[in-house]
Amino acid sequence: MAKLENSTKNMVLSLTAITLVVGALLGLVNAVTAEPIEQAKANKQAAAIAAVVPGEGNEISEPETVTSANGEEAVIFTVTKGGQPVGKAVRAVSKNGFGGKITVMFGFDPNGNILGYSVLDCSNETPGLGAKMPDWFQKGQKGDIIGKNPSTNNMTVSKDGGEVDAITAATISSRAFLDALAQAYGVCSGTEVATTSASQQQNATAVASCENSQSCADCAESM
Amino acid sequence: MSKLGIIINGLIKENPTFVLLLGMCPTLGTTSSAINGMSMGLATMAVLICSNFVISCLKNLIPDKVHIPCYIVVIAGFVTVVQLLLKAYAPAVDEKLGLFIPLIVVNCIVLGRAESFAAKNGPIDSACDGIGIGLGFTIALTVIGLCRELLGAGTAFGFSVYPESFGALTFVLAPGAFITLGFLVAIFNKLTAKKG
Repeated sequence: MAKLENSTKNMVLSLTAITLVVGALLGLVNAVTAEPIEQAKANKQAAAIAAVVPGEGNEISEPETVTSANGEEAVIFTVTKGGQPVGKAVRAVSKNGFGGKITVMFGFDPNGNILGYSVLDCSNETPGLGAKMPDWFQKGQKGDIIGKNPSTNNMTVSKDGGEVDAITAATISSRAFLDALAQAYGVCSGTEVATTSASQQQNATAVASCENSQSCADCAESM
Repeated sequence: MSKLGIIINGLIKENPTFVLLLGMCPTLGTTSSAINGMSMGLATMAVLICSNFVISCLKNLIPDKVHIPCYIVVIAGFVTVVQLLLKAYAPAVDEKLGLFIPLIVVNCIVLGRAESFAAKNGPIDSACDGIGIGLGFTIALTVIGLCRELLGAGTAFGFSVYPESFGALTFVLAPGAFITLGFLVAIFNKLTAKKG
């Protein structure tokens, strides 16, 4: 078959036809994958919560979206077991990473002790330096923060007079990580909550549920 | 040229990374580990095979003056399909490669093969060319990733080979990508020069 000649009609027709077919194909693929993509996101979130608030048979509440002290969105998940509070998982963002934002999920028990953490996004940190964040602060590692309580322990890097060992050669990333921790603890204890109209009611419940724990009073002093 | 000849051509004589030096952005950006390099190579190969095949089928229906926009629409369509599939069924890979998946659209290997091969050859030959070039790209990226991972972090495909503290961090960072690529191109040229 000979090649179509360069008439305006041919050009418009062929480009339109190709665009329409590709558009239809994309619509189809999108319809097929929309559900698995949602599922994958939900699984990832559930896995992160399970990692930071360990235990079998935990029930996870609906997410509460609040605004943390640095103006970023933070999300609180209250974890209960048989009606008893086990802790909270808080997803917080720090803007002070080496290459931009980092997102970390922290788990706190009802007293405000750190149960665990899971770094959800540190893709802008330097590989081999700041990107060691997911392991560095875990239990038994050099920068171990597990079991500490931001209200009684000074959760800043040793260079700033705190008691956390920063990642070697990545003080900025370490500060950002601890900033995310402070944001998470702030919204969890309800002292740093800046209300937004959309989430006002949710904030109220977040504060109310937090008042039962001692951490609130402690935290209010230290902030 | 036989089908096998076309595939081998893409692997050695026209290896996109070591000989044509095309697609340097993902080559340097995603090869911080062997697995990352391989995933990127495979994603590109999938797009390359599909786009080569379809463009070859359509080559007579596309007037010359609009061939670039038509090719780009086809390629972008396949890239988006690959990205949606990765997001749905391999979210970990999608997260690792991030921005580099949508950037396959403007990868000069894909458009280059559409222009220089698919537009002149039959659909089956074009698909074979996609396989060959895609494999060449995948192998090159895997080797670069493996070298960088081994020298920088002391691991190979995630398995520890020697303690990380002996690794030279430079190789995981951007300069290591250039150094590794330079040496590998030199070695590849030396080896192929002997054969030819």
